[in-house]
Amino acid sequence: MPTKIGEVIEASTGQFVAECYELHTPPPLGSLVKTSDGDVDIYGVVCNAATESIEPNRRPIARGKDEATEENIYRQNPQLSKLLRTTFDTLVIGHGQGDELHHYLPPRPTHVHSFVYLCEQDEVCRFTQSLDFLPILLSTRAGSVDEIVSACLRQASCAHDDQRAFLVRSGKELAILLGGELNRLNAILRRIRL
Amino acid sequence: MNEVTPQGDRLGIVVGGSLTKGMEVKLDSATPIEEMAVGRYVVIKGQKSRFFGMITDITLGATNPQLAITPPDVSDPFIADVIAGTSTYGSIHVVPMLTISGDAVSLLEGPQPVKTVPAHFSVVREASEQDVETVFGREDEKHFYVGTPLDMETRVCLNIPEFVKRSNGVFGKSGTGKTFFTRLLLIGMVQKKAAANLIFDMHNEYGWEGSSEGGRSVKGLKQLFPSQIAVFALDEESARRRQVKTDCIVEIGYDEIEPEDIELLKDTLNLTQPAIEAVYQLARNFGEQRWLEGFFKLSGGEETKDLLDRLSIHESSYRNLRRGLERLRRLPFLVHHARENSVQRILEYLDRGMNVVLEFGRYTDVTAYVLVANILTRRIYAQYRERKEAAMGEKKAEPYPLVITIEEAHKFLNPAVAGQTIFGTIAREMRKYNVTLLVIDQRPSGIDDEVMSQLGTKVAYLLDNEKDIDSVLMGVSGKTELKTVLAKLEAKQQALIFGHALPMPVVVKTRKYGSAESYREFGFRDAAELKRKAEEDIKGLF
Repeated sequence: MPTKIGEVIEASTGQFVAECYELHTPPPLGSLVKTSDGDVDIYGVVCNAATESIEPNRRPIARGKDEATEENIYRQNPQLSKLLRTTFDTLVIGHGQGDELHHYLPPRPTHVHSFVYLCEQDEVCRFTQSLDFLPILLSTRAGSVDEIVSACLRQASCAHDDQRAFLVRSGKELAILLGGELNRLNAILRRIRL
Repeated sequence: MNEVTPQGDRLGIVVGGSLTKGMEVKLDSATPIEEMAVGRYVVIKGQKSRFFGMITDITLGATNPQLAITPPDVSDPFIADVIAGTSTYGSIHVVPMLTISGDAVSLLEGPQPVKTVPAHFSVVREASEQDVETVFGREDEKHFYVGTPLDMETRVCLNIPEFVKRSNGVFGKSGTGKTFFTRLLLIGMVQKKAAANLIFDMHNEYGWEGSSEGGRSVKGLKQLFPSQIAVFALDEESARRRQVKTDCIVEIGYDEIEPEDIELLKDTLNLTQPAIEAVYQLARNFGEQRWLEGFFKLSGGEETKDLLDRLSIHESSYRNLRRGLERLRRLPFLVHHARENSVQRILEYLDRGMNVVLEFGRYTDVTAYVLVANILTRRIYAQYRERKEAAMGEKKAEPYPLVITIEEAHKFLNPAVAGQTIFGTIAREMRKYNVTLLVIDQRPSGIDDEVMSQLGTKVAYLLDNEKDIDSVLMGVSGKTELKTVLAKLEAKQQALIFGHALPMPVVVKTRKYGSAESYREFGFRDAAELKRKAEEDIKGLF
């Protein structure tokens, strides 16, 4: 059973934002997460995570001047864990209906309050058998796309038996997609090499 | 189409090209470019038929020109792996030569010449052994095994009956293996009984025994097929010293030399044009058969002067002619009158389907060779022509096909004399009279273009002179591509064979010749083996 890590709080076709149940425990950058709109499983790649005040106008203040450790701050101010929250942004890269996986955007966005699960290794392996999701990732307007792509491939490679073969295959796909952008290609390749 | 043959390894896909220029094939990233070689065979699987072709060029490509300016860090094996086949790739140039269709009719007819090209992205594979066999046939009563394609074990076979229907040529620099290959071809013709051979053996290499470059002696035809080869010798003494079992000693009478023979020797005897004219004048005066005898009898006195005046031959032309013809007189096999008719003897042997090797012994200079070859061939030609015409008229048996092998062919077939010599005529038209040539030469550019273009099958060893290469490949489709192949042949034992007797050009590593095993493959049994077999047979009887 995949681990439930949060809940969708903002959803659109191309991306969604989820809040983590536990403070400071977002899924790693580039990891594959899954949610659902009831019929369709929607897959996304974590592209950003943030911890902030639940009230946008009230910024946290520094409290640890007299504390010896950082943990003490939270122990002395138990309300903090209720006033702060950790959210993460996810880029939708595919969906699944029944046994079929599609590496393109789902027909509808997910629902707000849908649960978000961190995909197990074998599911990651199954989803990344095809690299057709790479064009969606590369064309996204989120900042530092190349970082997200390389993080995603690094994460996914751990799910494959032959990690190097997967990375070489991905690299080749990128070389084709980024045929005209040699510098970008080189930057990503340097980030994913073992 | 049902795939019946096991497939070779996949190499890549067709990405462009044309029928005239050949196909451009992008190699798969998994295909190591260094394992490709020009001259190797590939099969392109089209939608309806398979195309059999040859690699003629190998190139490196990059999708982005910037790569050449700022090369990626290929010292990292990961980056090198990624880049190979994507940003950078290898491609090969393939000239499709034949189509192998899958339907029943074309299976019977065999591979056909290409008239179209495979579609974009057709898969290209290495040709499997079976593909090569489909194209070049297997050894049987018509096909003779001459070598193997590069890096393959399959046998490339020549269709010998087709081979002897046209004049053929073996070309290559000195020391590349022309003589060895010619021996193979001769054995092929002897074994398949496709034609009788007359071999003008300038260096005594074919008849009894030859030698390899290492100095090792190799068996000649007579040793391998004693019952089918007759060795004629011009030089009895040399033959005796080499312990050659000769069948006949050839002599040539002065009465057999005609003015045309002297004209052919114009360059070698250093004769001027007026001197040649004088020969014809003398022949008119003394008669065709007695002119040389008459000329040698001229003493140089008043009588001679009168004759020269009468025939309006200038003194200097006479002296020039005298100097030249004296050289002929020094040839010992030239006699006033030959004891027996050598041509008749040779023809008798050839008629029985025997093969005749004429050894020149010590007379390896070009004068003797050109003179003898021309005289004998001209008369054999006349006989064949007569017989063939008789056969056409009276439905008699046709003369047995004859192949005449000549070395240093440019001496007979150069543009200046090809029009006049009998060899020029044979190369151009004697096919109709069942006589063809096998010419062996190291300077094909010295041979008349018209003759070169009439050669059916050509075997080309390494040539590095541009003119020679051009002349060998003249008129062949895909010339530029073959040129690359020809220039990249190894210095020995690799030859490009193309033309009439083969469905497509092929680079072969030529069949081994000279080891005991190779002799056995030709059916030769040495004395010990024959004895053993006879003993076994005797045991079997009782």
